[in-house]
Amino acid sequence: MNPKSRIIPKLDIKGDSLVKGVNLEGLRVLGRPEIFAKLYYEAGADELYYLDVVASLYGQNTLYEIITKTAKNIFIPLTVGGGIRTVKEIKKILSLGADKVSINSAAIKNPDFISQATEIFGSSTICVLMEVLKKNGKYFAFTENGRNFTGKLALDWAREVEKRGAGEIILTSIDYEGMGLGFDLELLNLISKNVKIPVVINGGAGLVEHVEQVINKCNPSGVAISSAFHYFYINKINKNDLPEGNKEYLQGKREQTKLKKFSIKKLKERINII
Amino acid sequence: MKRVAIIDYNTSNLFSITNAIYKMNLSPVTTSNRNKILNCDALILPGVGSFQFAMGNIRNFFLDHTLVEFVKTGKPFLGICLGFQLLFESSDEVEFTKGLGLIKGKVIKIKGDNRKVPHLGWNKVFINSKRPNLIKDESYFYFVHSYYASPKFKDLIFSKTTYQGLDFCSSVKKDNLFGCQFHPEKSGKNGLSFLHNYFKSELNV
Repeated sequence: MNPKSRIIPKLDIKGDSLVKGVNLEGLRVLGRPEIFAKLYYEAGADELYYLDVVASLYGQNTLYEIITKTAKNIFIPLTVGGGIRTVKEIKKILSLGADKVSINSAAIKNPDFISQATEIFGSSTICVLMEVLKKNGKYFAFTENGRNFTGKLALDWAREVEKRGAGEIILTSIDYEGMGLGFDLELLNLISKNVKIPVVINGGAGLVEHVEQVINKCNPSGVAISSAFHYFYINKINKNDLPEGNKEYLQGKREQTKLKKFSIKKLKERINII
Repeated sequence: MKRVAIIDYNTSNLFSITNAIYKMNLSPVTTSNRNKILNCDALILPGVGSFQFAMGNIRNFFLDHTLVEFVKTGKPFLGICLGFQLLFESSDEVEFTKGLGLIKGKVIKIKGDNRKVPHLGWNKVFINSKRPNLIKDESYFYFVHSYYASPKFKDLIFSKTTYQGLDFCSSVKKDNLFGCQFHPEKSGKNGLSFLHNYFKSELNV
């Protein structure tokens, strides 16, 4: 038997807020990540993934505070990533309550960082986030949310990540992320079938059926889901805990009919894993 | 409030397990000090990472004798993940390394052409014991490991788990020793329920 595919709510963090990119207008603040995290834990999430999307030295302490606030209330694995560059930062993040870290840019710049980190913290603690875009029919690894072309073929990079001891790959399709049109099955198969470490797919969940399809066809180790959960669970959040100005937009019925959303419970019933 | 020693030997992050012990209304004592350990009512040996590195640290902290001493008191001793594997006699991870030898058997690498390693994620625990009420049969727990333990005496196997055709021992029970490959502190409600039942039966809390 395979372990069941993990359902992993992914929370993009900016400063002390959970944010979501909205088309081209930038980031919208949805609320406090630790409140969403607690809801996701109680709803049956298998794991949580925090990604600091504008990681800066300035914002580090804020992220650190959120990790502890979150970890105190949840008893499932918590992965934290975004701008991690040093062994010291990994140590700090783990000591605050995270179980795993994800690294991307720092690993691409210096692949030996993966080896160093896995030697110290163990493979299972170190995930590599891969951001992938298709260019001229080939998949390439990117950094900086798809803005920075690295020139590395995605599969070559995945194999190197494995060779250097990372315990897991979080595979983001930049083309599919935020579209809500389903996952990039071709990309997932390409990577997952050619490495032996577990692969989590991220980017594209708009319907329960999309998740069902990716699990049935590719059996990924995990599926990371953002907006579809955030827009469902935001209705469960006390109005006072929502950011000013966004309340009407976020809880307004008219706007929300356009947003694709579903609950963890509905998803798990559908894919028959409880 | 009953005190639970959480052994701190520099191999893992103790946040989650400490947090889970608070949740049980017990008092966690993270330490590597012999007297403090022996004064506690129960002990947890956590751990992630390499067997060889962990055993090296245990010896450097002079913990090997203390842990054996604690087991002899008859008080409950819970090993989790690598802390469970360390209970065995040896591991072939990196190179042959002696373990604590509290349970006969060895630790072996997960192999297989099509198996992803590590075994990572939520998997079913099949109860192999007549002792009820600790874990609900066939409930899901969170695993992350590249090695598994193989006890010499199969009657010590408390539960089994299957990973793509590989049946392995996911927990053992021997007198006051309990060890589990899965992470109860990371297994959501199932994990908390296990910890609750464990401490209730062992410490009457």
